[in-house]
Amino acid sequence: MRTASHADAARGALLVLADGRFPAGGHAHSGGAEAAVKSGRLRDAATLESFCRGRLHTVGLVAAALAAAAAAGLDPVLLDEAADARTPSPALRATARKLGRQMMRAARATWPSPALDTLAKARPRGAHQPVVLGLAAAAAGLGSLDAAHVAAYESVSGPSTAAVRLLSLDPFDATAVLARLAPELDATAAAAADAARRALEDGTDALPSASAPLLDIAAEQHAAWPVRLFAS
Amino acid sequence: MTTALAGSVPRAGVRATARIVAVADGRGGTALPVLAGEGPLALRRTRASGPDTHVTVVGAMSAPLGGDRIVVEVTVGAEARLTVGASAATVSLPGRTGGRASYDLRLTVGEGAELHWLPEPVIAAAGSDLIMTTRVELAPGARLVLREEQVLGRAREETGRLVSRLLVRHDGRPLLDQELAFGPDVPGWAGPAVLGEYHAAGQLLVAGLGFDDTSPEPRLLGDTSGDGDAVLAPLAGPAVLATAIAPDALRVRQLLDRAVTCVAAHRG
Repeated sequence: MRTASHADAARGALLVLADGRFPAGGHAHSGGAEAAVKSGRLRDAATLESFCRGRLHTVGLVAAALAAAAAAGLDPVLLDEAADARTPSPALRATARKLGRQMMRAARATWPSPALDTLAKARPRGAHQPVVLGLAAAAAGLGSLDAAHVAAYESVSGPSTAAVRLLSLDPFDATAVLARLAPELDATAAAAADAARRALEDGTDALPSASAPLLDIAAEQHAAWPVRLFAS
Repeated sequence: MTTALAGSVPRAGVRATARIVAVADGRGGTALPVLAGEGPLALRRTRASGPDTHVTVVGAMSAPLGGDRIVVEVTVGAEARLTVGASAATVSLPGRTGGRASYDLRLTVGEGAELHWLPEPVIAAAGSDLIMTTRVELAPGARLVLREEQVLGRAREETGRLVSRLLVRHDGRPLLDQELAFGPDVPGWAGPAVLGEYHAAGQLLVAGLGFDDTSPEPRLLGDTSGDGDAVLAPLAGPAVLATAIAPDALRVRQLLDRAVTCVAAHRG
């Protein structure tokens, strides 16, 4: 259990890790927003909120739990397997590993740690991004709840930024969407950290596996487009 | 069957466990030393000829009511071959007390064995609340074809709540872990990331031998002849999964049937 003073001391690190300018490549990905815009399902601030809420409570929760579990010390290779089983879309697995590779490079430069080195060796082509994120958080002195917060926030902040570009949405409206989701984001991170604690006892089956069929199907459709603004 | 069960005398939640054990009979066929229904679960052997033994869950898969705890355990021993279907859809209905129901499926498939688990859809009637969990353990060399379909409410009614999780392990390692949740108190499910405007979803998993070396490329299964979206794609382990969402159960089945055809063509 990390003490309050430790957590407070790491708050600066939390801001660095959660900053959209952290150089881990996330800006090139829309989290499915580009495909959702093309399908007409994502078209304004209201549908962006609904899109982000769906992401947060499915893939966001799963990513947050994986990150929390990695930060809590679960075997990252087992977590990487658990992430594969929770990612039926090959396009999304490839994206998660690519982002994991980029996160690994950035994290080893910012917060070098033996745990990151070991995982980089075990998964030279990249581990799932949330697992790397969890180890990076631990290396930065953060706890599992912090790691869960960063992963949960990333699950909605990326699509929100992408929607601004794709729909010429008012950035104030897009940020207001994120602000409205903030209480649910906190609840999701807390649920993810709880699941990570249970997984320490009961194994990775205790981690959530909430899925979003439209995201999975649209990711494969998107990967087949000849021209894309975002990589995923 | 639904009517009979739903109209039965008021009762507390039912606890029932049905068991099927299939074993190779040593003559190229499959025997069923255990075929035991219980409570609302009735099991019938429906075809005995050929190497593949068929069991139908009769009526029984209909109507878990609020408060019910239903368990189905299926063990397919080494080299045995079993197909399990159902005579009707499972309709999840609210119970008298408004409690949650649970439906647990535990499927174990041994070395060289094959299980085709092909039930009818689960329909989440208005006001119902069901947690369905399917756990599959596949030994090395086991083969599995598993279909599951979920329908959001009966015709022209709001959907009930359904949380349906499918966990599959192959050789002790996780192969697939997916949970679909929708209905009242589930945030975001009707939005553009999860189920959108659709009212039915389904998955078809084909796992085990045959996908170890060559996996098919991801393939989009939807077309202009009908609504719905579907994709067939390889998992990280030796399996392919089709995911379909559509306006109704019939269309989901059409899309999953198309996946079956694609898989058969790939396996040659």
